[in-house]
Amino acid sequence: MSKHYLLGNEAIARGLLECGVDVATGYPGTPSSEILTALAQYAKENKFHIEWSVNEKVALEVAIGAAWTGARSVCTMKHVGLNVAADPFMTLSHTGVVGGLVLISADDPFCHSSQNEQDSRMYAKFAKIPCFDPQSPGEAKDMLAYAYEFSEKFQTPVMLRPTTRVSHAKSDVDVYELQSRDRAYEFKKDIERFVVLPKHTRVLLKKLNEKQKAMSKELASSPWNKLSLKEGAKLGIISSGVASVYVEEVLDGIGIPVSYLKIGAYPVDDSLIRELVTSVEKVLVIEELMPLVEEQVRMYAPFEKVSGKLNGAVPHEGEFDVTLVSGIIKKALGLPVQKPADVNVDIEIPQRPPALCPGCPHRSTFYIMKSVFKDESIFASDIGCYTLGTQLGAVDTCLCMGASITIASGLSHSGIKNKVACTIGDSTFLHTGIQGLINAVYNKANITVVILDNRTTAMTGHQPHPGTGATILGDPVTEVSLEALVKSCGVELLQVVDPFDPETTKAAFKKAYQTDGVNVIIARQPCIITAKKMGIKRKPMEVIEDLCEGCRRCVKFGCPAIEFENGKAKITDACAGCGVCTKICQFGAIKIRSD
Amino acid sequence: MSKYDLIIVGVGGQGAILASDIIGKAAVAEGLPVRAAETHGMAQRGGAVENHVRLGCTHGSLIPVRQADCLMSMEPVEALRFAKYLSTKGIAVINTERIVPPIVATGKVKYPDVDVIIDTIGGLCSEVKAENYTELAKKAGAIQALNVVMIGAISRYLPLKPETLREIIAASVPPKTVNVNLKAFDLGREA
Repeated sequence: MSKHYLLGNEAIARGLLECGVDVATGYPGTPSSEILTALAQYAKENKFHIEWSVNEKVALEVAIGAAWTGARSVCTMKHVGLNVAADPFMTLSHTGVVGGLVLISADDPFCHSSQNEQDSRMYAKFAKIPCFDPQSPGEAKDMLAYAYEFSEKFQTPVMLRPTTRVSHAKSDVDVYELQSRDRAYEFKKDIERFVVLPKHTRVLLKKLNEKQKAMSKELASSPWNKLSLKEGAKLGIISSGVASVYVEEVLDGIGIPVSYLKIGAYPVDDSLIRELVTSVEKVLVIEELMPLVEEQVRMYAPFEKVSGKLNGAVPHEGEFDVTLVSGIIKKALGLPVQKPADVNVDIEIPQRPPALCPGCPHRSTFYIMKSVFKDESIFASDIGCYTLGTQLGAVDTCLCMGASITIASGLSHSGIKNKVACTIGDSTFLHTGIQGLINAVYNKANITVVILDNRTTAMTGHQPHPGTGATILGDPVTEVSLEALVKSCGVELLQVVDPFDPETTKAAFKKAYQTDGVNVIIARQPCIITAKKMGIKRKPMEVIEDLCEGCRRCVKFGCPAIEFENGKAKITDACAGCGVCTKICQFGAIKIRSD
Repeated sequence: MSKYDLIIVGVGGQGAILASDIIGKAAVAEGLPVRAAETHGMAQRGGAVENHVRLGCTHGSLIPVRQADCLMSMEPVEALRFAKYLSTKGIAVINTERIVPPIVATGKVKYPDVDVIIDTIGGLCSEVKAENYTELAKKAGAIQALNVVMIGAISRYLPLKPETLREIIAASVPPKTVNVNLKAFDLGREA
């Protein structure tokens, strides 16, 4: 054993490796993305299969197939990805597994980088499968070994549900030797189990319900659910997941006895809850996101006895921290709540929202699209870096992965007179965008579809996909041809442009604007970050001060490398050299830097 | 409880994650338990970033407001944005080189005067150290070494040995840049 300093997701990857995982799948999504990337570095030496799948449903189905042969598999995604995988997920609990299957769904309280807050524990309950809810990177790793054994013992898939502050926390973590991996893989035919005809499912559902009690009993004595009753305690606190570390930090500094039930694994056995509830006068439930535990507690206790989200003692939205949890606990104990003195700074602090990088090809595409389609057009978009195109006024809608083409279609069918253009990234197009394109052509929508092809899945950390020509291990594979795919959907006007060449790009958008029906523009230029890594070097630009008229036209382009000082534009060291601004300046004041 | 709470802030792309990584690994090398929280995802792209590092801590990774012993800010306005974390007994180490947000470049909002920022933060904690650490990074040989310059600057206050930090820096940066980064560390420490 040795101690390593690991990101939560790296700790999870190490845990999977130590458990001898055979098949690992997933689709990137913050905060889950680094798990597979970290695991991939061990794949060749340890001979297991690892893949970025095209979407979460596909990823889960591949993992299920493997687990049905006795292999240990894992499937990673973020909470909203589980919506995409919900279909196989809900039936999987009925068939169960042979080899252990861990589905990792990372939740994001406060939606740091997500389109909603969503509680995967609810999905686990919905599907009737156990859920492990770690409080720290170390615990997430330790839970995996237990989770695989549990999964195999009960022949059930299990969920590991880290949240942002576990996945993206770092800590000193114990690292152990790898278990040996000598399994006999075999698919034993059993149609009553693996073919979910109604006749079979009715039996499977009964079996699924019957094992719930046994699973919760076993978890009650696991290290993850811990009850500590304190003599003389009038208050009992129940907390789960990362909220429990905040509770523990607060309880450490309070000199009053408080009984405490820490929950790290579901379903929670009634006995644990009953023991706590009957031993104290008041119960306080502190959990992030949904009141899952609280609802269970309220089944056994008078309403007045329990505090939590349902009576407003604990907030329903956002993520917790020590300050918030400390206030809640002190209030429940009748202690004065001293808020830390507010820091009132009497200065307006300029907002610094995330922006497209200097030299990002999407900025140029958006700028040109906007200049042709004008404000009166409607711009549907999708999930990825390019959602930041809001700052250029080129993103009017964003709902979920793959919804840009479908939302645009709906807008165009509604009877509005405006032109409709939509944008979608290359990875997102392959995830769930293509079905929208098939549908748009088939049902005669009237839209321009722009595929922003930057040759990667940029926002989540540059993962490859079938259009990039590489696997997660960097092995070369045949690239999917977006052109051929688009053509095969029945699109008649397809134009491929380089957004760093504004003139031809503008001409393509003009043609698209005048075309009825569904037409597609593929705007292709590698992501500026991957381009740098690939060794593409571009010289930065500079402003010739004497020629600059201070019109701010270049500044309005929104590139973070263009500033404005003393009435003139200035290009900073952040310039990546895309050169689009040289063509935006009407006075010829921006040139390639001479040095 | 935590022995030393450090918050590292700046703008996405300045290397805040690598900086917190180096300090975290140094803590592990010295046998100190450590917890840290990182900003990932959207905020990487030119947005404001905050990383928490708690040395000698076995609880959660988030530093409570007004409890940070040290605020290391790689950009002046970001020091102001995250000043709420600083303890009244804490120290703020601030890079004076500005990165102007697009909202300022387009003329919608003014960038606050850097001297006013420093004075304001001076009123919130016990000590402020403000330098143009970007210039020191250039002097060391690469503007990208700003994060390591600043680790050098805060190293005088951290409960970690400078030799440990130097070792971890050498092991964490790209091999070609080891000398530049070690020089950056020394320049920061001496500043």
